[in-house]
This record gives sequence, C-alpha cells and structure tokens, in this order.
Amino acid sequence: MKLDEFFVTGDPLIYGADVSIALTLIGAIFVLTYFKKWKWLWTEWLTTVDHKKLGVMYIIAAVLMLFRGGVDALLMRAQLTVPDSSFLDANHYNEIFTTHGTIMIIFMAMPFLIGLINVVVPLQIGARDVAYPFLNAVSFWTFFMGAMLFNISFVIGGSPSAGWTSYVPLAGLELSPGVGQNYYLLGLQIAGIGTLLTGINFLVTILKMRVPSMKLMQMPMFTWSSLITMVIIIFAFPVLTVALALMTFDRLFGSHFFTMMDGGMPMLWANLFWIWGHPEVYIVILPAFGMFSEIISTFARKTLFGYKAMVYSMVVIAGLSFLVWVHHFFTMGAGGAVNSFFSITTMLIAVPTGVKIFNWLFTLYKGRIRFTTAMLWSLAFIPNFVIGGVTGVMLAMAAADYQYHNTYFLVAHFHYVLISGTVYACFAGLYFWYPKMFNHRLNERLGKWSFWIFVAGFNLCFFPMYFLGLAGMPRRIYTYGIGDGWMSLNVLATFGGVLMGIGFLILVYNIYYSFRYSPRETTGDPWDARTLEWSTPAPVPHYNFAHLPEAKGHDAFWIMKEEKKQGKAPEKKPYKPIHMPSYSGVPIIMSVFFFIAGFGMVFSWHWMSILGLIGVLATMVIRSFDYDKGFYVSVEEIEETEKKTTL
Amino acid sequence: MSNNEQTNSHSHFPWSHLIGFGLSIVLTLLALWVGFASDFSFRTIMIIVVILALIQAAIQLLMFMHITESDSSRIQVGTILYAVFIAAAIVAGTIWVMSFGMHNMNM
Ligand code: HEM
Ligand SMILES: [Cu+2]
Repeated sequence: MKLDEFFVTGDPLIYGADVSIALTLIGAIFVLTYFKKWKWLWTEWLTTVDHKKLGVMYIIAAVLMLFRGGVDALLMRAQLTVPDSSFLDANHYNEIFTTHGTIMIIFMAMPFLIGLINVVVPLQIGARDVAYPFLNAVSFWTFFMGAMLFNISFVIGGSPSAGWTSYVPLAGLELSPGVGQNYYLLGLQIAGIGTLLTGINFLVTILKMRVPSMKLMQMPMFTWSSLITMVIIIFAFPVLTVALALMTFDRLFGSHFFTMMDGGMPMLWANLFWIWGHPEVYIVILPAFGMFSEIISTFARKTLFGYKAMVYSMVVIAGLSFLVWVHHFFTMGAGGAVNSFFSITTMLIAVPTGVKIFNWLFTLYKGRIRFTTAMLWSLAFIPNFVIGGVTGVMLAMAAADYQYHNTYFLVAHFHYVLISGTVYACFAGLYFWYPKMFNHRLNERLGKWSFWIFVAGFNLCFFPMYFLGLAGMPRRIYTYGIGDGWMSLNVLATFGGVLMGIGFLILVYNIYYSFRYSPRETTGDPWDARTLEWSTPAPVPHYNFAHLPEAKGHDAFWIMKEEKKQGKAPEKKPYKPIHMPSYSGVPIIMSVFFFIAGFGMVFSWHWMSILGLIGVLATMVIRSFDYDKGFYVSVEEIEETEKKTTL
Repeated sequence: MSNNEQTNSHSHFPWSHLIGFGLSIVLTLLALWVGFASDFSFRTIMIIVVILALIQAAIQLLMFMHITESDSSRIQVGTILYAVFIAAAIVAGTIWVMSFGMHNMNM
C-alpha cells in the first residue's frame, strides 16, 4: 500500500482535520511537558482504578465524541440546507452520516451514561468501589481504544460509509471494498468488550456491594435503572459481538455468512443487528429515565411517585425489548403474521414507558419545584419525549411503516427519543452531579442560556423533519432538487441545528467558566438532595465512606437528615483501616495492544494483528500472576482526610 | 457482606478453569474438523455441531460460571429462566422471521 492510499488525501476538510489533530497533539504534549505533568497523568489518571476518576474520563471522552459527532451533524445540515448543493459529494456525505450515527450511539451516548453510572452508582449504594475495579479500568480503556480506532479512519485509510446499521450487501466486500468498513467492525468489537465487562461489573456491584441495610426495593431509581440496563447489556451485546465477528470473517477471510452468493443470507445481518439494536436503544434510555427520576424527585422535594410501578415497568421493558426487533425491517416483507406479531409487541412496550411518564408527572404534582438547570432539562424532557414516543407508536404499525420507513419521519422519531431522552439526561445529570465530581457547581446563568438555546434549536431542527418525511423526503440522501419542495423546512432545520451547536458551545464554555469562577463547595449536599451519594463530604475521599452509611428506607440520606433535625445524631464510632485496590498500568497497556491488533486487522496486516494479540495475551498472563491484594488506608489518613473535608 | 474484601478462596490451583478451557478448545477444534474435513452429510454435520455447541455451553456454565455455587437460589433461577427465555426468543424468532414468507422470494 502506498502512502497516499494510507492517508486520506484530496479533500480540504480532511487536510483541515489533519492539521487540527496534529496541533492538538503537539499542544497537549507541550503543556504536559512544560508543566511537568506526565508523571501525574500516569499515576493519577491513566493507571487509576477509582470508579470516580474512570467516570470522569468516560465523560470527558464522551463530550469530545459529542463534539466530533456534532461537527458531522452540522456538515450534513450545511449540505442539505439548499437544493442541489455541492458542498459535499455523495460519498463524503455517506461517510459523514455513518460516522455520525455510530459515534453518537456507541461512543457518545453509552460512555456518557456509563461515566455517570460509574461516578454515581457506587456512591448511591454506599460502596467504596465497584466489585471489580481492575476490570472497570479495562472497560474504560477498551472503550477508549475502540473509539480512537474508529475515529482515525477518516484521516487514515478512509471512513466507513454503509450507515451505522451497516446493512449488507452494501457493507460487503464488493460494494465497500476499502478499509472503512473494517474500522467499523474492529472499533465496535473492541469497544464492545468494554461495554460487556461494564455490564457484568455493575450487575455484581449493585447486587453484592450495597450496604447491607439497603434492600433491593429501597435502591435509588438511578441504581435500579442501571441494574436493568446491565442485564440488557449482558444479553444484547454478545449478539453484536457475534454479528460483527461473522461480518469480519466475511470481509477478511472469505466466509459467506451474509454474502449474496454461496448460501449467505444478507438479511440475517439486519436481523442480528436489530436483535442487539433494539435492546441497545433501551440501554441508552433506561439510565436516562433513572436520572430524570432522581432529579425530578430532588427538585420537586418529594419522594418519587409510584416507585414500584417504575421498577416493574423497567423489568417488563427488559423482557419486551428483546421481542420487538423486527419493527426495524417490516419492509423486508417477512409476511403478515411476523409483522403483526412484532407490531403488537412494539405497541406493548410503549405501555410501561407511558407508565413512567405518569409517575414523573405525579411526582411533580404539588411539589415545591425549584427550577435549576438540571430540573429544566428534566422538565423539557417530558413533552419532547412524548412526541418521540407517540410517533414511535405510529411507526409501530407495520402497514403504516411502509410509508414512514426510511423517510425523515423516522429520523425525527429517533432524534426525539434519543436527544430529548438520552442527551437531555446526560446534560441534566452533568449539572446535577457536577459538584460531586469537581467540587464546584456549573454556573446556573450560563446553564440556562445553554438550555433554552439548545432546546429551542432541537425542536426547530427536528420537528420540521416529521413533515419532511410526510412530504416524502427519504433519509440518507445527499441532495435533492428544487422541484421537490423541501427547501424551506430544511432551512429551518439547519437553523435549529446551528442553535443546538451554540447551546453546546455555551455548555463547554460553562465548564471552563465554572472551573475559574464558581465558588468551591462547602458541603457535600448542594441541592438538598435525597440519596446516599450526597452524604459524602466535599471533595469525596478516594475511599468514599469513612463509615459505611446506613440505609433506613427510600431516600436514605433524606431520612438521615430528618433524624438529624430531630436531634438523633449518629454516634461517633472509631475509624477502622479501609481496604482499597491498587492502581495498575495493565489495563491501558492491554488496550493499546487491542488497538494494535485491531489496526492490523483493518489493513489485513496479519503480522501486526498477531503481535497485538500476543501483547493482549501477555498482559493477561501478567495480570493472572499479579498477587497484589490492594492496600489499607490507615486510620491516621482517614482522620486527616475527614478533618479536611467539610460536612 | 464485607465491602471490598477479596475472599481468599482462590489460593488453590484453578484446575476446573484449566480443564474447562482445554475442553472448550478441543470441542471447538472438533466442530471445525467436522465442518471442514469430515465426509458426513450436511444434516449430520449440523446435528453434530449443535450437540457440540450445547456440550460446550454446559461446560462453560459449570466450569466458569459456577452455576452450582450460589448462595441465593432465587436470583440464580431467575437469571437462568430469563436467559433461557431470551435465547429461545432470539433463536426461534430468527428462524421464524428469516423463513416466513421467503418462499415468495425464490429462496
Ligand atoms: C415508545 C416507544 C417506542 C416505539 C413504539 C418505537 C418504535 C420504533 C419503530 C417502529 C422504529 C422503526 C421505524 C422504521 O425504521 O421505519 C423505530 C426506529 C428507531 N427508534 Fe424507536 N421506538 C420507541 C422508543 C425509542 C427509544 C426510547 C429510542 C432510543 C432512545 C428509540 C430509538 C430508535 C432509533 C435509533 C431508531 C432508528 C434506527 C435506524 O433505523 O437507524 N426508539 N422506533
Ligand atoms: Cu426499535
């Protein structure tokens, strides 16, 4: 392979990206060297197994990916604003919507949620870390390396262009001969390892590491939603793993699972993809539901209405979400019986979802509501998500779906559920738990500006798309003619898209601004909140809890505060040494080897993939013979820390 | 239940893991051989491969997933029922979806 085939050439946008990547790298290296921060970076962050730090790294990576995916989105909007535009050519447009979709779901939504889960859930259940801290680091680093592998595709070798769903035969070797599709397969495969490990890790953590006094039916709703999410992850992700592996075999080793010829079944890919894909949309929405529950209950100053109904509706969703996948390809024409069956299951799943909406409304009812930024995001979520859900039920009718399928109507539906569900939740959760992570709040004034601009932009951008879809505009087209009559709504959509971009930039600026100017927290409980994570002092010590807290019911911390008001202060017990896991460099090194192996497979440089895999195996062996059993935090250190922290 | 305390039950050599690992590899190679190099009919090959897969699943559950060593059987039974339900839904569903109506399509 020649060098000019290795690097993507010929497009000014790509050269721009090359330059900015190089500049960012040089800048980062310079700053780290100048301030002598390399050692600090390695010992404090890159080798950490602390769930709070891993959570923060997840969130930073997710925000970066949101930026990348957002730039992709604005490029698409720029292209579609006017008819017959020649800003992007067809292939470039295909690449951009493919990377946009993949990045937003796999490398933005999931890590953002998993990041918040990492930070919050162990604190909510009174644990000092997750069940498998080392594995947690492996999760993060495999996700990160998978994401990086996917992201370099657009400067090295070329991006995938067959859509985030990668339907064959389009994604097969004949129609997608370049390395782009390989990046998709390997990037997702490596990141998927991390997700599956997270699923196992948090399932065990939530079931086994709770403070003994916390019963299952007393867990905070975010913890419950995380638990259900982990169950879905554990059952859904292996399907993706297998499907990706089979397509990788098809493309790299000449097998015929999904090919048109030699007995392959192209539609089997779509089938397997959506067996994972539909549960996946619930993986990214359930934690969001959990966060809204916490935030709404905190700022309405009431316990959550209908706790049990919430839990059971999620359990039902966990079962049903595996029974609806065919609604993504009704138009394959599997026949009346199949389509009717999956039509009905799809409509059924809207029921538990609707139950939850009513629960939030009743929680708000007669509450003393405080309109913080986190609460605003949660309030805006309810009506916007209802729009997404109702149009989802419209799509669920198989006969009608023949009209809606692959039009902008569908695009509007899934953005209404994904943005006003998942993305609003990520922002709400970020504002809400920011003081737990960084010991200061995000500025509320800037926060509200960003909120209003983003929400207005979102509705301006995506509501018109319903009508574009009804007017017949297909999704995934790179341009249209003046005679189609789609221009005015597209202009509106682009305008909304720009507003969302501005809202996001204000949020990023807010992070910088608050870092500089926000007062530091003096208590661990800035919002007068209800669950155990707020009982930790500010900043949260690395061992989380000097004494394990006691959970006496729902909203355990609220109960503690009430008891304190009645003068029932808990007696002071002496500290005991706390056992904590040691940091380790193995996870990041192992993941770098995964990256090398993946990169080798992308280019079919088998020597390189074998070297990479040997490296992976070697790091695993090293880990197996590692008898480090962690260390004890001494009583003196605990006393020192507890004196410094404010409570 | 002690938070964060590692139990020390793994001080002995992990024989069951090693045996399970070895058996899994052998079974996989066997399946490959049956698929690529044997002269059985297509039908027989399919049957053998499925049986080998089921054996391997059982081995994994026993040797790695410690299916027999739980203290709370309620959770255990629950997860197994759920797993069986999902597996059945996926496999039966896929066969149904992928074959239904396909005779109209010259397949
Ligand atoms: C009220 C419950 C819901 C119903 C009834 C529903 C129904 C549907 C249906 C029938 C389709 C396929 C339409 C077509 O391709 O023609 C679809 C697509 C989609 N839905 Fe939903 N949905 C619901 C909730 C959600 C949620 C909560 C999410 C994610 C947070 C979501 C994300 C998506 C995505 C990403 C797609 C399209 C993927 C693609 O083709 O690229 N949906 N939905
Ligand atoms: Cu779906």
